[in-house]
Amino acid sequence: MSELTLTVMRLGFLAVLWLFVIVAVQVIRSDLFGTRVTQRGSRREAARPQQPGRQQTRQQAAPPPQRGQQGGGGRRGRNAPTKLVVTEGTLTGTTVALQGQTITLGRAHDSTIVLDDDYASSRHARIYPDRDGQWIIEDLGSTNGTYLDRSRLTTPTPIPLGAPIRIGKTAIELRK
Amino acid sequence: MSSTTNSPTHHTSTIGAIGAPSRRNTELALLVFAVAIPVFAYANVGLAIDGQVPAGLLSYGLGLGLLAAVAHLVVRKFAPYADPLLLPLATLLNGLGLVCIWRLDQSKLLQQIHVAGGKATNQLIYTAMGIALFVAVLIFLKDHRTLQRYTYISMVAALFLLLLPLVPGLGADVYGAKIWIAIGSFTIQPGEFAKIVLAVFFAGYLMVKRDALALASRRFMGLYLPRGRDLGPILVVWAISILILVFETDLGTSLLFFGMFVIMLYVATERTSWIVFGLLMSAAGAIGVASFEPHIKVRVQAWLDPMREYTLSRTPGVPGVHSDQLQQALWAFGSGGTLGTGWGQGHSELIRFAANSDFILATFGEELGLAGIMAILLIYGLIVERGVRTALAARDPFGKLLAIGLSGAFALQVFVVSGGVMGLIPLTGMTMPFLAYGGSSVIANWALIGVLIRISDTARRPAPAPAANPDAEMTQVVRPS
Repeated sequence: MSELTLTVMRLGFLAVLWLFVIVAVQVIRSDLFGTRVTQRGSRREAARPQQPGRQQTRQQAAPPPQRGQQGGGGRRGRNAPTKLVVTEGTLTGTTVALQGQTITLGRAHDSTIVLDDDYASSRHARIYPDRDGQWIIEDLGSTNGTYLDRSRLTTPTPIPLGAPIRIGKTAIELRK
Repeated sequence: MSSTTNSPTHHTSTIGAIGAPSRRNTELALLVFAVAIPVFAYANVGLAIDGQVPAGLLSYGLGLGLLAAVAHLVVRKFAPYADPLLLPLATLLNGLGLVCIWRLDQSKLLQQIHVAGGKATNQLIYTAMGIALFVAVLIFLKDHRTLQRYTYISMVAALFLLLLPLVPGLGADVYGAKIWIAIGSFTIQPGEFAKIVLAVFFAGYLMVKRDALALASRRFMGLYLPRGRDLGPILVVWAISILILVFETDLGTSLLFFGMFVIMLYVATERTSWIVFGLLMSAAGAIGVASFEPHIKVRVQAWLDPMREYTLSRTPGVPGVHSDQLQQALWAFGSGGTLGTGWGQGHSELIRFAANSDFILATFGEELGLAGIMAILLIYGLIVERGVRTALAARDPFGKLLAIGLSGAFALQVFVVSGGVMGLIPLTGMTMPFLAYGGSSVIANWALIGVLIRISDTARRPAPAPAANPDAEMTQVVRPS
């Protein structure tokens, strides 16, 4: 065997070995960056499988609502709410980023916001964006009703910014 | 997953993997790669030594490929969410080990002293047995938490395994270390299996006792001193590891055993003081034993001045046993340089005895150079990283501790062996996992990878959907007064 062939094979083998290591590290990369920190209550999003990891993390870092809203329609633009804040009740202080997903409220453990509130029903209400990106609240046939400002909801109603939504002892509102 | 604090100011966060793709196809692609590299190396050795592609290329390649395929299919069926890297990394190391053993088989010098010759075939059989045990672990261990039931049984089993070589008539004294047992023509190193069984015991024990060990302590000079009765177990383990050192003169296993316990204790209690205690106690034990146990004393002398040992081994009429192995290994690493001499073109057979087991890393160092050794150490590092990652992702404390214990033991073993061969620490009689020739080591390490894959499957599996209607209480009705 010629000296040249052996040298090429020697260097080639090292290159292949390192290539394997690099490929393995690439596989790990997706694992390292593939996790996301979600705030309490928005477990729904965490379970959403369709988006690949990189995109998710970036979405988390950038102000999220803009993206969510752009999908729905640009008409409302800057006035769109970016988050939902719990202002009264045991969960006071919890915020959920609004990203175009439906938010369910209730005592059931699979709700987006699990209410620890004796006066709330298992599946109490849901908040979702309509086609224009306007956020709508709908009562899901709860026992004690859902109140927007002081009126009990009977039909799905658009939510104005800062208007308190009352469910049992809990109050939430949308904020920019 | 989620916590339920009712404090208004503290926001809790949950960390979860997105989706949870099973990644079995990634594993398959890497596995094909991991089988192709040893086949390339095999052809390279043949071309360098005989000038032609070796005749056994097809059978060895197919053999390794078949074993890898079986392992992959079993993982696909029984652990679909397992970590995609563990199996390919282990397969690559095992394949490279096979090639290196076959390469040393070609050496006339080693054939003469019966260290080499036909060992690669044996190693392939051991690999097959290892894969068989790996498959058995995955099929029969449906959930790693069942191991928790056998906490104290594993303690007894581990001690039994460790003490087996001391049984007269069963134990075999091989070159000063009594760590083998001989059954017929087979020799088994029970210490390798004891490693896994002990990790199960430590994980089960620490899971129950960790609060007592972590919280009931007094603060003294910045260190948390545990209470005497909590210190008991660590002292017992220390004493046992010293006893192994004394009676079996096996520095490696003793170090591994104690190191694994300290790592798991630290992870369980989050107290740095345990690491300080552990290091102090192992240092005291090692120095104490090294000063009166002749076998260990020789090892320490060879470590401090390998050249002197080399000269003594060449001088006729010098009393005592002197070995030029370590100096030869250092020369092998040196002559390899950065890029190595190339497969089959080194002279690591000069290490003679144990060239294909404890000292196999020297052959890699000479023929693949620093670049190759670094890649191999990185592959070991990646296996350990995957183990630690599995521990992080595991949801139950037992699985966490078991994964960290197993990967910690694996890391310690790699450190102790490579450090010994490179002259960083005194040489110990242990084998490089997967690379070195030796049935017990390969079989036990495949079992270890099997347990890690089982834990990682449980850890990465998406959480089951919540029950349909978990609300037991009725909603209270507001009565307007």
